[in-house]
Amino acid sequence: MAWTQPPIHDLALVGDCRSAALVDRRGDVVWLCWPRMDSDALFASLLDGERRGHWRLRPEPGAGAGGGWRVERRYIPDTNVLQTSFLREDAEVVLTDCMTVADESDQRRLPLPEHELLRRVECIRGEATVEHELVLAPTFGRKKARVHAHPTLGLCCEAPAGAFLFRGEVPFSETPAPGTFGGRFTLRAGESRRFSLTYSAEAPAVLSPLGDASDDAIRRTLRWWRAWAAKCTYRGPYRDAVIRSALALKLLCYAPSGAIVAAATCSLPERVGGSLNWDYRYCWIRDAAFTCRALYDLGYADEAGSFIEWLLHITRLSQPRLRVMFDVYGNPSPRERVLEGARGYRDSRPVRVGNGAVLQRQMDLHGELVDAIYAHCRRGGELDRDTEVLLAELGRYVVKSWHLPDQGIWELRGPARPYTHSRVLCWTALDRLIELHRLGHLHRVKLDVGALARAREEIRRSVLEEGYDPGTDSYVEHLGGHDPDAALLLLPWYAFEPADSPRIRGTFRRVVHELSAPNGLLFRNPALREAGDGGFVACGFWAAELLADGGGPLPLARAWFEQLLRCCNDVGLMSEEMDPQTGEAIGNFPQAYSHVGLISVALALEARARRERGRPIPAVVAEEAAP
Amino acid sequence: MNVGSWMLWGFVATVALTAAQVATQELRLTRVNIPFMLGSIFTPERSRAKALGTLLHLVNGWIFSLVYVAAFQAWGKAGAWRGMLIGLVHATFVLVAGLPALPGIHPRMAHESWGPTARRQLEPPGYLGLHYGAFTPLTVLAAHLLFGAILGAFYRVR
Repeated sequence: MAWTQPPIHDLALVGDCRSAALVDRRGDVVWLCWPRMDSDALFASLLDGERRGHWRLRPEPGAGAGGGWRVERRYIPDTNVLQTSFLREDAEVVLTDCMTVADESDQRRLPLPEHELLRRVECIRGEATVEHELVLAPTFGRKKARVHAHPTLGLCCEAPAGAFLFRGEVPFSETPAPGTFGGRFTLRAGESRRFSLTYSAEAPAVLSPLGDASDDAIRRTLRWWRAWAAKCTYRGPYRDAVIRSALALKLLCYAPSGAIVAAATCSLPERVGGSLNWDYRYCWIRDAAFTCRALYDLGYADEAGSFIEWLLHITRLSQPRLRVMFDVYGNPSPRERVLEGARGYRDSRPVRVGNGAVLQRQMDLHGELVDAIYAHCRRGGELDRDTEVLLAELGRYVVKSWHLPDQGIWELRGPARPYTHSRVLCWTALDRLIELHRLGHLHRVKLDVGALARAREEIRRSVLEEGYDPGTDSYVEHLGGHDPDAALLLLPWYAFEPADSPRIRGTFRRVVHELSAPNGLLFRNPALREAGDGGFVACGFWAAELLADGGGPLPLARAWFEQLLRCCNDVGLMSEEMDPQTGEAIGNFPQAYSHVGLISVALALEARARRERGRPIPAVVAEEAAP
Repeated sequence: MNVGSWMLWGFVATVALTAAQVATQELRLTRVNIPFMLGSIFTPERSRAKALGTLLHLVNGWIFSLVYVAAFQAWGKAGAWRGMLIGLVHATFVLVAGLPALPGIHPRMAHESWGPTARRQLEPPGYLGLHYGAFTPLTVLAAHLLFGAILGAFYRVR
């Protein structure tokens, strides 16, 4: 059967909080980066063909649609262990995929591989021939892999980053296609086979013994994820979606540093066949405040605390001017390069690795950072003296530089502009610094609060006078401009103006009117929509959150949110955008920003419901803006 | 025997050998991590194994340097070339006999003949340590030549 790249919404994520892999509905691992999420890929067939590496394990397709097999998938509840069921009238085969994790007591007790992708295929009923194919392609398949087969130890592929070791419970051999290993085997009801792929930077590597040991590893992994999910304090009506989003976010979290990457992939296109293909395997400060509040409010104080520590660490490296993005250890993300010869996802070229937006000026970052630290302090966090000095320095920088034009939240690669959203975030930075000072968190540094307050008022005045268009009764994308911008729906979130104020209601109406996409999504701005941009998932959640925060009636907010939940794929994951024509997921996958948005709205709905409990439903204020 | 000179230069040579091995690992010439290999004899926990293994490796280096010193004493003189000659013999022994025999000694190391088990999961080194990377024999040889050269150059025969 000819190789075809899977639809993006057919992907599911497995990971170990340091690295991640994507598995499609056909039982194919089409994306895997080891040892880190931003490392060169071992499997990258998602962006090209099979020669870029993949690992297929599935019942042999027969005649009929889907090869005669109906596929159902799910994560085992409250875990990141994926189960794909292949169903036929006379047979059922279940494939279990996970990256193994273990708690500290198991780590002390057992030798564990540095990274392991474990797969178990079981025949539940009937009989099935299972097809197995493995192509190891380290460093995105740029060089031919050196693979050695050992009769008892399995395959070993030495690469610059370390060794990839493969073991399986069935014999396999090199197929006529060079560098491809595999075979076929038959499973009868009750039988199962296990396969393990491990990574080791150092020797001796830990080899998986398979058999019962693999089953134990899966059980350990299930236990670990369930214990993590049990900490979630959200008990509202959308618990399944919230837990899935939290679990996805945890997979995108690089545990050793606390950083959270924007997505697990690079170069999945924002427009299929187009060139808007970026590498999102890095960490943006942009969604810091959202992420921090979401983690705290879900009860994940450790993750939120680690994330704040990471934010402070990276800020110290570059302050007072902030870089846009970092790698998981806070170093600048690598320079953008093109993967030569790669076909790209459905011919979307170039395939970019690294990210050039690192060089942009984005004035909203300061507000995001300070707001995240403010959220940390409001939930009992303390600041040390160095952090206080750092915040004071940031405050001075914003006072001096808030008027500078920038590339804005959407990182547009055109001329710099005075974006309204960026100005509001400069206002946020100063506002939160003043508040932190008032609360006694900045008592060890000299802070000219008067200068901060004056600049804050000056910014506010400029936004109210130049960032608002009375003709359209809405805030506009940049000062003196006329276009709407979905990012302006965040103004109430940053407490720049209440969600039910006439100006915000006007902005909401206009954004919904001019930027609406199917399923409650919104385009980011008119220019991007004209350029073929998809409906941006996070923007849809901002609209729902604005309603939930008081911009509209609770039932409308709920309805909007429930409509957005349809953007989740069959296992509850979301990409960055949806194609407005086909309704297919586009952009890098899964997207942390989208999942943070989902959690944030669910929490806002819950808070609103609590406020309204026992009170009459307030007057409808935004019915005309129904999605 | 010059005990003071042996203790000082035996320690320095061991540190240099360890540093050379770390450097070759960082340069991706080999994956071999001797401290982890030694420490994992006593504990499966990776970070503890490395810490313990580093200590053991330093003590081992000191003990092995006694053999070098004994040879220098027998010759009546030391010198970098003589030290390197012993280093060559030492490395050859490690590669040809020591590493292949390790699965028989190490309680957590898998055997080539029957693969990993629940108790023995560590990758065996193979002949000349080639399972740990194609350049492993060269890096082991280079590290031991450095060890011998430092010891031979600075040890003072009494």
